[in-house]
Amino acid sequence: MQLTGAQALIKSLEQEGVEVIFGLPGGAILPVYDPIIDSSIRHVLVRHEQGAGHMAEGYALATGRPGVAMVTSGPGATNIVTPIANAHMDSTPLVVITGQVATAAIGTDAFQECDITGITMGITKHNFLIQSAQEIPRAVAAAFHLATTGRPGPVLIDVPKDVTQSMMDWWYPSSIDELDLPGYRPEVPLDADAINEAVTLINAAERPVLYVGGGALKSRAERELLAFAERTKMPVVTTLMARGAFPDSHEQHLGMPGMHGMYAAVTAIQKCDLLISLGARFDDRVTGKVSAFAPHAKVIHVDIDRAEFNKVRESQVTIQSNVTAAVSALDAAGATPQNLEVWWKEIRTWQERYPLAYDEPSDDGLLRPQRVIEEILAASAPGTIVASGVGQHQMWASQYWKFEEPGTWVNSGGAGTMGFGVPAAIGAKAGRPDKTVWCIDGDGCFQMTAQELVTARAEGIPIKVAILNNAYLGMVRQWQEMFYEERYSEVYLNADLPDYVKWAEAMGCVGLRARTMDEMKDVIRQANEINDVPVVIDFRTDSSEKVFPMVAAGASNDDIMVHPSLRGEN
Amino acid sequence: MAPEPYLGPETHTPVRHHILSVLVENKAGVLARVAGLFARRGFNIYSLAVAPAELHERFSRITIVVDAESAPLEQIVGQLYKLVNVVDISDLAPSDAVERELLLATIPTNVDSRTGLLDVIGEANAAIVDVDAHHVTVMLAGTPHGCDAFEKALESYEGVELHRTGRVALPRLGTPPESEKDPE
Ligand SMILES: Cc1ncc(C[n+]2csc(CCOP(=O)(O)OP(=O)(O)O)c2C)c(N)n1
Ligand SMILES: [Mg+2]
Repeated sequence: MQLTGAQALIKSLEQEGVEVIFGLPGGAILPVYDPIIDSSIRHVLVRHEQGAGHMAEGYALATGRPGVAMVTSGPGATNIVTPIANAHMDSTPLVVITGQVATAAIGTDAFQECDITGITMGITKHNFLIQSAQEIPRAVAAAFHLATTGRPGPVLIDVPKDVTQSMMDWWYPSSIDELDLPGYRPEVPLDADAINEAVTLINAAERPVLYVGGGALKSRAERELLAFAERTKMPVVTTLMARGAFPDSHEQHLGMPGMHGMYAAVTAIQKCDLLISLGARFDDRVTGKVSAFAPHAKVIHVDIDRAEFNKVRESQVTIQSNVTAAVSALDAAGATPQNLEVWWKEIRTWQERYPLAYDEPSDDGLLRPQRVIEEILAASAPGTIVASGVGQHQMWASQYWKFEEPGTWVNSGGAGTMGFGVPAAIGAKAGRPDKTVWCIDGDGCFQMTAQELVTARAEGIPIKVAILNNAYLGMVRQWQEMFYEERYSEVYLNADLPDYVKWAEAMGCVGLRARTMDEMKDVIRQANEINDVPVVIDFRTDSSEKVFPMVAAGASNDDIMVHPSLRGEN
Repeated sequence: MAPEPYLGPETHTPVRHHILSVLVENKAGVLARVAGLFARRGFNIYSLAVAPAELHERFSRITIVVDAESAPLEQIVGQLYKLVNVVDISDLAPSDAVERELLLATIPTNVDSRTGLLDVIGEANAAIVDVDAHHVTVMLAGTPHGCDAFEKALESYEGVELHRTGRVALPRLGTPPESEKDPE
């Protein structure tokens, strides 16, 4: 069967089971947009290519399947660089297709030419510049294989316009042996010696902690993790990237570690004698000052990517494996720590003394952002998906929401990309239309990508956005307040400009506003009754509210600052 | 005060260097991927040589001399393996490797200086590969140290044009490369 390169590209995506492409056309990718008309694949037309990338990420995080985005060459391609970098940092499986100028024009500074494979070399797991139409099926199959296996990540395919216009004989690789990836070995056999060494360390441990990272979600380790944790009674912490990998309601769960982590989670790591890292990478937002991090701990490091071993923290045992297989093996080998009663007693006193805290709102004052999140949570069905932007609101969302299952937290971790929330929520809802999807957003973040609500309305993707409108780039304001002597530089945004309600309405969404506790409850109820169009709520929150606990950048985790109301009685 | 310009390492042989022999797919952009990785991660390269690998057109071999002070070797190797086009890496400690390098130099000469120069060439075991009335071009295939010494010996001549290829290496016979050794 003879097909054009463009037809072969779309047919290849169909072969890979793609159900939705997020994209926006232009000159170089034009040929590929023609066969989309006849394809079973849904195309979501975004308003900015950054939106397409974050939607694909949100889709991937909520469904576990790779997200697909398609854009044109030059500025279309550069507009999606931020989401690619974001997906690279968070190991999110993406396949990004970019148009390119015709092969003969490459290197001539042709109209809308840009070296996107060069630009994205360091922020993709791999990328391809296609040279002929015949190569398209193999490149697409390889891209999906690479994006989804081993340590997942974004893969970019750059397709010149003449390639999509020329003819090819249709074929499709029937196995990974045909992908021509002689150097790609995503998984290695489990090292039985390493498992045995790990078991020995666990058996001797009196104060162990299971430090669970994003890799646990990537390998869908939740069942094995729960079984192992419950049998061994070890305390569990889940990083920002792992929220949902272990139920927040579980009594062994201490919550999130790190800069804005729970006191008990942070302190348990500091005091532990064995840190079992499961798909986590000792990010500086978790470790604080590395030399002071978990100073008494031996470390067992489980990761599918061997380059993570001893990168930040020296470990005693390394297990190169996906989290599911490693945890199953440790469990099957009967690894059992010492009696943990004393350890748990200590942990419980930290939990009791230093819970999450914020000042009770006064009746006439502005809303407490933490309370807004608690109210939305209380009014939400189990399994509700939460996306967020980056800033204080993100930390509060991670702290105050209760994540009970994988795929419910859609967030930008490693890159901290403001503006991620709205498009990511749209992507998540496109992938899980059965779920309610809330975006807990900041006023600053919302202004970066809000135009995608037009996409959401046009495409019938009814997400709900809660703007925690504190009139500031709040997280930066917090740092200026605490570390720059309250010298506020370029962080004020103005709660009334833009008018978020009118803006929402202009984009075809329902716009609501709440200033008081009563209004807050009322608008959340209204929002939950609307299921056909997106809803945006402007919650007026107190600008002075800060995120606690907090470990200052570069400080030791021992110097964690709790909420002022909890200080002093030591 | 402006900082003094950095003129590069004083010798070509770093104190704690390691030789990585990296088998890569022979595809467009692979060298850029490898070089980009080193730049991005702050790993220092002392020299790099690329050529088609034995027998296969599908693969090339990149011999990289890395500064094992700039990053732990484990990190460098781990990150390299993540490049999809990297097929295999063998890492050689200098003591386990046979290292060779090629040096070419064109030296201006006249009747007076020619005899002395011939002595220098002879002592170094270099060979004359080209001559005209005012120059000789010599070649030395030798150890990196030998090339260093020869380069130093040529310093007293004005207007020398000198190129070195960077080293290539193979395991010394009888000593397995480190990556294949049993971990103790
Ligand atoms: C694209 C981008 N630019 C700048 C930053 C730095 N930054 C981190 S949080 C933040 C403030 C976010 O403001 P807002 O969305 O209102 O959230 P808030 O902290 O007030 O909850 C800024 C500017 C960033 N993370 N991303
Ligand atoms: Mg704000």
